[in-house]
Amino acid sequence: MKNDVILTVKNIYRTYGGNDEEKEVEALRNVNLEVRKGEFISIIGASGCGKTTLLRLIAGLDKPASGTVSLGDTPITGPDPKRGYVFQQGGLFSWLTVEQNIAAGLKARGVYGKEKDKIPHFIELTGLQGFEKAYPHQISGGMAQRVAIARSLINDPEILLLDEPMGALDSFTRADLQDKLLEIQRNSGITMILVTHDVDEAVYLSDRIVIMTPRPGKIAEILDVNLSKKRNRASENFIEYRNRILDRFHLASLEPEPEYYI
Amino acid sequence: MEAVAETSEKAVFIANRKYTGHLFLSAGGFVVAILVNRLFAQVAEGVVIKDYQFGRLVFNMNDLYDLLLIALAVGYIISGFLSYADKNARAAYIKKAKFRFACGIALALWDVTGTKLQILPQPFFPGPAGIAEAFLEEPEYIFTNTLYSLRLYVAGFSLGVLFGIGTGVLIGWFPKISYWVTPVLNITGVIPAVAWMPFALTLLPTPFTAAVFLIIICAWFPIASLTAQGIMSTPKVMFEAAKTLGADTKYQIFRVAIPYAMPHIFTGIGTANAFAFTTLVMAEMMGQPGGLGYYINASKVWSAYYKVFASIVVMAVLFSLISKGISIIRNRVLRWQKGLVV
Repeated sequence: MKNDVILTVKNIYRTYGGNDEEKEVEALRNVNLEVRKGEFISIIGASGCGKTTLLRLIAGLDKPASGTVSLGDTPITGPDPKRGYVFQQGGLFSWLTVEQNIAAGLKARGVYGKEKDKIPHFIELTGLQGFEKAYPHQISGGMAQRVAIARSLINDPEILLLDEPMGALDSFTRADLQDKLLEIQRNSGITMILVTHDVDEAVYLSDRIVIMTPRPGKIAEILDVNLSKKRNRASENFIEYRNRILDRFHLASLEPEPEYYI
Repeated sequence: MEAVAETSEKAVFIANRKYTGHLFLSAGGFVVAILVNRLFAQVAEGVVIKDYQFGRLVFNMNDLYDLLLIALAVGYIISGFLSYADKNARAAYIKKAKFRFACGIALALWDVTGTKLQILPQPFFPGPAGIAEAFLEEPEYIFTNTLYSLRLYVAGFSLGVLFGIGTGVLIGWFPKISYWVTPVLNITGVIPAVAWMPFALTLLPTPFTAAVFLIIICAWFPIASLTAQGIMSTPKVMFEAAKTLGADTKYQIFRVAIPYAMPHIFTGIGTANAFAFTTLVMAEMMGQPGGLGYYINASKVWSAYYKVFASIVVMAVLFSLISKGISIIRNRVLRWQKGLVV
């Protein structure tokens, strides 16, 4: 099992502020995580638990105060197309069409001439046929996220990092995109790490769920989800996992729940 | 079934008839102006109607004026036919029909008061035919001066745009450059460019380069500051997205920041364009060997106010065409915004 670890997060600390004006905030404290090849991992937690910070550290968009993140044996020092990143929203280039946005992945690496034949495949993979010439403001939020996914995937990354990509979507579009993600993962075997605050989403998609708690941000538990790949949101096992996670959050909250609200 | 077909045909016919009415309205004002010019007697004395020979053709000022009116009337009828095919163009054409009619009537009134009766104070307000006479009298000279202005504008403005965008990108991208250059830009930017005229004329080798320099300065400021603003307002997430796709700094500047700033840049170019026209004409009036501004000054000395007006007419046409050209380029570059902003 140890051999297929492709990403190692080791003793990560990350603090913000700490100068004269601001109090130091400990965003991450001693975070350790090993990600295996082909895995789907969700990082879940309340806002302020450092889950996005952790994802940004993995992407190389942020630097830890101490500790290392490495892909294989190489420590991560900055952003790299080997780790694709899908932002919550606004990452698409509004002046480029769907097709050109996807091509931007190739152009940024300077391989457009050689690899542009791949574009139709990724348009098909993400179900964007017929919208190649549309601009981002002309398509729905769900489609925009599929464009962002296609744009990352065309660079052939080892890991796809997803920062609440479904956070701004309505529940139908969200369910749709979740199935799309599973389909893509099944077909390509790519490792995915998803940051979310939606418990159902985490249980539906993940092989493992990393539960984080805030102040300071740290990993509270890593939960293996032993369900078949084709999941039923209404099944007993599914609900059991969901309740276990919710329970975990109640335990983690500092104040006891009131018995009722008025 | 037949009844429906009949009514719809009738509706089309009515719509057509209505459209035809707008065609007549568009051309009608100018036709009235022609009739007035032809039929209204030349009452005021002292108007010399001179003949000018062009090869085998002989024109007087009224002939040229009529010719222009015919061109307008025919032009609007042709554009009316062309607009009929497209729904939006048709609506736009109909909307302007009344205005075109009023233009024709206004010309006719001006013709009567300016030329036929000469009620307007002369020689300050010649009639339209009088202005047309300038083009008969010295067409080459007007053309030469127009060309001079155009050359000045193209040289000055294109360099101004280039320097403006260049400076704006540097200011927007490098905080250190912004620290040193922004205050300079803000102070020099409020000074009207023509204020530098004495220095420009003394320090630069030719009057032409001096005027080019002034136009560059006046275009530079609004374009540079708006470009910088656009670059600085580029959302961080776009740069981060580019970085995770493997983009280097060059890509981030030229493929992310500058395209994002394009709407700002074009706002700057629009403002700069208006400044450039003003600077151009003022510079020409203050010490150029040619140009439309120079032509105004030179004509004024001889109290040839009809030539002043002729120069103004050429400016109106030339500057409108340039502005139209810029807006076409703008719409082309920013076509992705269609439907996003009104």
